[in-house]
Amino acid sequence: MNRVLAVSQSEFRIALRNRWVAIAILMMAVFSLVLAAAGSAPTGALGTDRLSVTVASLTSLAVYLVPLVALLMSFDAIAGEVERGTLPLLLTYPASRAEIVLGKFLAHLGILELAVGIGYGLAAAVTIGLDGAALSGLPALVRLFWTSLALGATFIGIGYLVSSLSRRPSGAAGLAIGVWLVLIVLYDLGLLAMVVADEGGGLTSRVLAPALIGNPADAFRLFNLAASEATAAAAGLAGAASTIPPVYALGSLLIWPAVALGLAIIAFRRVTP
Amino acid sequence: MTLTLSQLTKRFDGVVALNGVSLRVEPGERVALLGHNGAGKSTLMKIVLGLIPPTSGEIRVAGAVPGSPSARRVTAYLPENVAFHPALTGHEMITHYLRLRGRPVAEAAGLLGRVGLSDAADRRIGTYSKGMRQRVGLAQALIGQPQLLVLDEPTSGLDPVSRREFYSILDNLAAEGAAILLSSHALTEVEARTDRILILSRGNPVAHGTLADLRAGANLPVTLVLTPRNGAISALATALPDARPDGRFLILTVPQGDKLATLARITALPQLADLDVLPPSLEDIYAHHSAQEVAA
Repeated sequence: MNRVLAVSQSEFRIALRNRWVAIAILMMAVFSLVLAAAGSAPTGALGTDRLSVTVASLTSLAVYLVPLVALLMSFDAIAGEVERGTLPLLLTYPASRAEIVLGKFLAHLGILELAVGIGYGLAAAVTIGLDGAALSGLPALVRLFWTSLALGATFIGIGYLVSSLSRRPSGAAGLAIGVWLVLIVLYDLGLLAMVVADEGGGLTSRVLAPALIGNPADAFRLFNLAASEATAAAAGLAGAASTIPPVYALGSLLIWPAVALGLAIIAFRRVTP
Repeated sequence: MTLTLSQLTKRFDGVVALNGVSLRVEPGERVALLGHNGAGKSTLMKIVLGLIPPTSGEIRVAGAVPGSPSARRVTAYLPENVAFHPALTGHEMITHYLRLRGRPVAEAAGLLGRVGLSDAADRRIGTYSKGMRQRVGLAQALIGQPQLLVLDEPTSGLDPVSRREFYSILDNLAAEGAAILLSSHALTEVEARTDRILILSRGNPVAHGTLADLRAGANLPVTLVLTPRNGAISALATALPDARPDGRFLILTVPQGDKLATLARITALPQLADLDVLPPSLEDIYAHHSAQEVAA
C-alpha cells in the first residue's frame, strides 16, 4: 500500500506541475458554469426544481467531457515512461506492475474528483443562489458526482490500456482520441442509425438495451436521467430506452472501472522495457 | 554467492545476443563487463535484473530468481543514460524511490549529500546536467544498502574528478559487502577499480580474469623507445637493425619473453642516451581480446 501511495503522490505532483490539474479544473468549471447560467433561464412550468434541470444538462456535458479529461490525463502514463526511459529503473524496484498502475490511478482519479467536484459545485452554487428551492435537487447532483467518477475511472483505465498497447505517447494519444470518438460519439450514432433503419422492429428491442448498457457512457447517461425527475428533458436514445431498469445501468457503471483497470494491468504486464 | 550465471543464452528473433555466459560474483567483489556497443552488456544486465527472460541458462540473485520480489529487494540498478521525470526535484525523486523501497524519507538528504547534490536538491531534474542526473541515478542505487549493484556504463558523461569520486563510493560499498557488476566500453575506465573483468564480443565471453590475467593472456609485445646520443642515431640504427626510426627516436618492439634479454643487450650499447619501456596499453589488450570471436 505504501508503494501505491508513493507512486500516487509523485504522479499527482507531476500532474500539478504539468498544469494538468489546473487544465482539468478549468475545463470542468467553465463548462459547468456556462450550463448553469443557461439552465437558470425561466423554464416555465416544468414541474421540477432548477437544480435537477441543471443536473440533466450537466449529465449531457459530462458524457463528453469526463471521458475526454480522463483520457487526456492517462494516455501518457505508460507510454511516457517508456519514451523518457524511466520505466526500466522503476520496474527494478520492489513494486509490482499492478501497484504502479493503481498508484497512477489513484492520483488521476483524485485530480478528476477535484475537477468534477469544483465544476459541479460551482454550477450548484449558481443555481441555488438564483433559486433557494433548487436545494431539493441536491441528491441528483450527488448522484451525478459519483457516477461521473465511475465513468472517469473507466476511461482512466482505458487510457492506461491504450498507453500500454501503443508504447509511444503519440500513438497512445491517437488511440485515445479514437476510443473517445468511437465509444462516445460514433457508438450512439450507429445505434440511432440501427433504430431508424429497423423502424422499431424486433432487432431494436433485442439489441438496443444491451448495447446501451454495455457502453459505460450510455449507462452513465441512462442511470442519471432515469433516476432524475428531468427525464422529460432527455432526448434521443435515452428516451427510446426508457424501459431499461436503472439498476442494470448502475451495474455496468460499477463493473466497467474494474474491467478497464484489469485490462490495463494485463496489457502493462506485457510491456517489455 | 550474490550472483550466479551459468550458460546464459539469449536470442532475439533468432539473433544471438548472449551465448553461453557464465559468471559468479561474490559479496564485496567488483566485476566489470567490457565490450563494444551491441556486445550484449545491457542485455546481460537486463536479464540479471529480471526485466527480460533468458532463452536458456540458470541465473540466481542472492539465491532468488531475478525479478522476484526478494531479488528486487536486494538489487539496485543504474541504467545507461539514466532518466527521471523532469518536473520533479532531485529531492522529490529520491524520496519517491525511498518510499518504493520502504525506507524512511529522511534518508533523502543524506543520499543526495553523498553524491554531491545537496545544493541542487530542490531544483527540478529538468534543469540538471547529464552528470547531475547520473548522480541522482547513483543516489537512488545507494538506497537501503543493496547486496547487488548493477551499473550500466555508470561513468559515461562524468568528468574525471566526478569519476574518481564515483569509484571511491563504489569502493566503500564493496568494502561493506556489496557485489558490483558494472559495464564499460573502455578498459581504461575500469582498470584499477575492479577485481575481475569479463570481455564480451557479440554475445560471446572472450576473456575473463583479473587485469593481470588479461595482460598475460594477450601476450602483446613490449615497445621500447630509444633515445640515441647526439649524432649517434645512425650508428645505433646500424647496431639494432630491427629498430624503426621515428624522428629523434628509435622504436623497438620485442615479445614479452625477450624483454629482459633485449634490455640487457641494448643498455650495453654506448650510443644509447635514454630508454623508455612501454607495456602494451589497456586499449591494446582490450582490442586484442575483443577481436577474438570465441574464448579459447
